[in-house]
Amino acid sequence: MGKKQRAAAAAAPAPGPEEAESSTAPAAEPRLPVEVIYCGVCGWPLEYCEFGSTFTRCKEWLGAEHSELFDKYYSEDALAAKLGTISLEAQSKLEEDTAKKEAKAEARAEAELKKKMESQVVIKRVERTKRKHVTVISGLDKFGIDLKKAAKQFASKFATGASVSKVTAGATDDEIVVQGDVCYEILEMIEDGVGILKGVPADNVEIVEDKKKKGGN
Amino acid sequence: MFKKFSTATDISGSTPVKSSVQRQLRATILSQWKIEPETLESIWPKKEGLVHVKCREHISIYTVNSRPIFFQHFDSPLVPTLRILHQYPYILPKVQIDRGAIRFLLAGAHMMCPGLTSKGGWLPPAEEDLPGGTLVAIFAEGKEHAAGIGITKLSTEDMKKINKNVGVETVAYLGDDLWSVKSL
Repeated sequence: MGKKQRAAAAAAPAPGPEEAESSTAPAAEPRLPVEVIYCGVCGWPLEYCEFGSTFTRCKEWLGAEHSELFDKYYSEDALAAKLGTISLEAQSKLEEDTAKKEAKAEARAEAELKKKMESQVVIKRVERTKRKHVTVISGLDKFGIDLKKAAKQFASKFATGASVSKVTAGATDDEIVVQGDVCYEILEMIEDGVGILKGVPADNVEIVEDKKKKGGN
Repeated sequence: MFKKFSTATDISGSTPVKSSVQRQLRATILSQWKIEPETLESIWPKKEGLVHVKCREHISIYTVNSRPIFFQHFDSPLVPTLRILHQYPYILPKVQIDRGAIRFLLAGAHMMCPGLTSKGGWLPPAEEDLPGGTLVAIFAEGKEHAAGIGITKLSTEDMKKINKNVGVETVAYLGDDLWSVKSL
């Protein structure tokens, strides 16, 4: 493992500083990077999946994607060897912890999904002057849509200005302002999931009309 | 350092680095990491400009092609990101923790001496003693790849002797918020 790498490092003498200066000449080849396979579920190196919060899913993924590696990490021998110096007691505690963590993460993911499904996208028509309007769309970010890109898409689709405006100082509740009254077009776009506007359930979209208060000047 | 880090709120701006500063940084890396100029060249080609991403609390992340390569906290040594360390594991001296300590490391805790000195742990032998304040790669018992990066608080010989309290301060670890950032 690490020791072996160390030995390898010692075996291949590091090029000295003289060589570095003449690196334009065919100098020493760069050492190739180690290819690390990361888990497709948790994104960690495969061997660390067991410490993550999605161990069961990681295992399934590995079994499906790299069945030969699955044996390396999860066969009986590997499991026995893995125990190493740790006591059985500590190991069982660790497993228990992992299971607990997993359950927790699952519950959290579920709650998040529920919340996401409950959140609303509001398309609002706001009156500017007399017969001019802007369309304000808020809540898109909750569905993981990049607001900047969405604004760009609206701008090119409707050939008008579209911008992301901050409602408060925080970055969480920004909205997109599109010039002109395009409420229904946008509603249609969201329903069809055009471009990057994917993953927004049509039921969660709402159109609101906001009349400018009379009076003033 | 990156236990709580969000790209939306913690980054205050990014600027390309001047070539003279880049030269300096390159020299610093060559002196601080155990890396050959050729290998560094393949991670960070001379032609590719380095981008300095400034973050809260004096954290600077440097990216090449919007991929984080190394970072620095104020005047600390330059720390490679964990992904780079996985690709080039020999660039930092190694310490190893035992299996029991892995889950604490992955939760971002500092590494205590007993976890390093126990049977599953590994510290360099006495003749390769690392002084305090050295950047080390934290490996784990029975694992092939590094799980974290830390800075030694004591020299490794002292760790063996005292065998109490924090031995290695964790700087970056698997699953911290910098790990999940793949491009900036």
